[in-house]
Amino acid sequence: MRPTRVVADLKIVARSYLRNPVALFFSLIFPIILIALFGAIFSTAGTGAVPLAVENFDHNSPTSVAFLAALNNTSLVQITFVDYPASSFAADLGSNGYGAGLIIPAGFQSDYLNHTPVNLTLFANPTDAAVAGQAQGVVTGIANGFNLQAACGSASCAPVIQVPAPLNIGSQVYTYIDYLIPGLIGFSILTSPMFSMVDIASSYRKEGIFRALSLTPLTKSEWLVSRIIWYVALTFVTAGIMIGAGVGLFHAHVEITAGLIPFLVIGPFLFVSLGMLAGSVAKTPESAALIGNIITFPMMFLSGTFFAVSAFPSYLQPVAKVLPLYYVIDGMDQVMLFSNTARALFDVAVITVIAAVIFALAVRFFQWRDTQ
Amino acid sequence: MPTAIEVQGLSKRYGSLTAVDHIDFSVAAGTVYAFLGPNGAGKTTTTEILEGLRKRSDGTVRVLGLDPWTEGYKLHLRVGVIPQDFRFFEKITPKEGIEYYGSLFGVKPDPASLLEQVDLSDKADSRFDTLSGGQKQKLGLALALTNNPEICFLDEPTTGLDPQARRSIWEVIRRLKREGRTVFLTTHYLEEAELLADQVGIIHHGRIIAAGTPEEIIQSHGRPERLVFQAPPALADYVRRTLGMAAESQDGRVIVPLVTNHDAVRVLATVDASGIPWDGFVTQQDTLEDVFVRLVGPMDDGALKTEVPT
Repeated sequence: MRPTRVVADLKIVARSYLRNPVALFFSLIFPIILIALFGAIFSTAGTGAVPLAVENFDHNSPTSVAFLAALNNTSLVQITFVDYPASSFAADLGSNGYGAGLIIPAGFQSDYLNHTPVNLTLFANPTDAAVAGQAQGVVTGIANGFNLQAACGSASCAPVIQVPAPLNIGSQVYTYIDYLIPGLIGFSILTSPMFSMVDIASSYRKEGIFRALSLTPLTKSEWLVSRIIWYVALTFVTAGIMIGAGVGLFHAHVEITAGLIPFLVIGPFLFVSLGMLAGSVAKTPESAALIGNIITFPMMFLSGTFFAVSAFPSYLQPVAKVLPLYYVIDGMDQVMLFSNTARALFDVAVITVIAAVIFALAVRFFQWRDTQ
Repeated sequence: MPTAIEVQGLSKRYGSLTAVDHIDFSVAAGTVYAFLGPNGAGKTTTTEILEGLRKRSDGTVRVLGLDPWTEGYKLHLRVGVIPQDFRFFEKITPKEGIEYYGSLFGVKPDPASLLEQVDLSDKADSRFDTLSGGQKQKLGLALALTNNPEICFLDEPTTGLDPQARRSIWEVIRRLKREGRTVFLTTHYLEEAELLADQVGIIHHGRIIAAGTPEEIIQSHGRPERLVFQAPPALADYVRRTLGMAAESQDGRVIVPLVTNHDAVRVLATVDASGIPWDGFVTQQDTLEDVFVRLVGPMDDGALKTEVPT
């Protein structure tokens, strides 16, 4: 492996790419379109009603039911009744994706009727100020209305129903856009090298470009490594664009740490090699495209790109776990969302082994010259 | 003169098909060798075996003393190749291509001078996909010269080119020879071989059916020189009767084969004395192309192209 040859080849790859408007569109503009499109379709931000998880410990007393009905009538919250243990209420809200929650305590009706001050417990995701503010505003507003009706008779009388500042929802709450960012970065780590390498592997062979290169000192590994370096660089740019678009357009909350680097390096390494392997075992450009699609499409949808694998039907989940992209996306989820280093390291180990094997196979099967 | 290419008993089989059948030839260093043959004769297979692009089935091949298949890596540092129908990265310019090859070979080429040599200076900064067929071939040639090769393999370098482009490639080939390089040329254009080659080998059905200098091949496989008159058939009868020579009449022409130089004088005197009207005459000699057609048979697949500019 001679670095000067890799660098020389890398220049050719970069120039070819940067002079190709279609390639540029797919690496620079397409990621923004994907984020904008999926973000707009699935993100709840900006829709009128805030999902509010409610647990009523006053056992459907008429006052509590009336209070919730009044909340519901505002159309500013969308109430879902939940049944979590009080001790883990905050954490359960988080893990079930609620941005706001409300507990009506036992004895709510009797306290209200007896003019004894009673606290409602409100929970909100501190990182989503819009949702938190809306939930708090609505609940406080309805509480004020009830307090006036309680007619304590004196202006100095303390309000009966009190709504203290919301408690933080235990674990962090993730919105769809937060999950979407690692998923779509994974999507581009997969598709961008796969489609182009499958095409290059077969068309360069057909056009005799590999034969011409075989007559120079450039080796197959050097050629492949320069492609890998290029796609790693491209992946960093694309990931940057996607994170920027997700945060800028939809206020996504993702952690950007050095832990992301292994996935942005090994991911493209794996899929450049896999694309080359797929293109090399095919006899014609048409069959190469077919093999490429057979490998790419299941991974594109079943690896947690657009939807979390945990949301899949149980019979599909084992399928996801044999797809290499699953480990790339899961690893990025661990790094960007859950700060789960141990599981991220496991994912890195899995994709490193797969990438090394696929690279070796690609170098073995991809032929500069006819072996006949 | 040292030998640049040495081929002995070379065979190549694809399954039951024998594409190249025990051929022998050698090419002296510093000469131009033209390898001719109709399509499917084994020409490209042989060339690719010499270049190290294809594995032989049998025989010995030495190019610059190296086995092209097992020692291809060493060989490629010392040879230049334009594959047939040369293709390159579409968005890359000739200048960048030469710099790229320079880095791969670890040499510092002068792109301007190489492009000048192949008459492509005006396209130095145009992308490959905007070049014409001839310009692409010229870039192929420039790239093949980047590593200052001892042998250049040119596989049909002028096929499909316009006369102007073809002539500039001929000039390059002549200069390569002047510079002491060996040129292994395959071509469909027989006049091209006749103009450029020191030695010619004609391959047909995988076997070499004629070899030598163009003159030797014409000498040994061609017909004798002949006098051709624009004249009625009666003149042919007259010459046959009077001189006992094998005169023939064909399409308003009378053709008289000559065996010695003296025959020409006798025929002219006889024709002049015959009193039969005739309209001028020419002498005709077989070209390499005539010999090729006689040896290989007329081409009906368009493989043989003879429209070579003069």
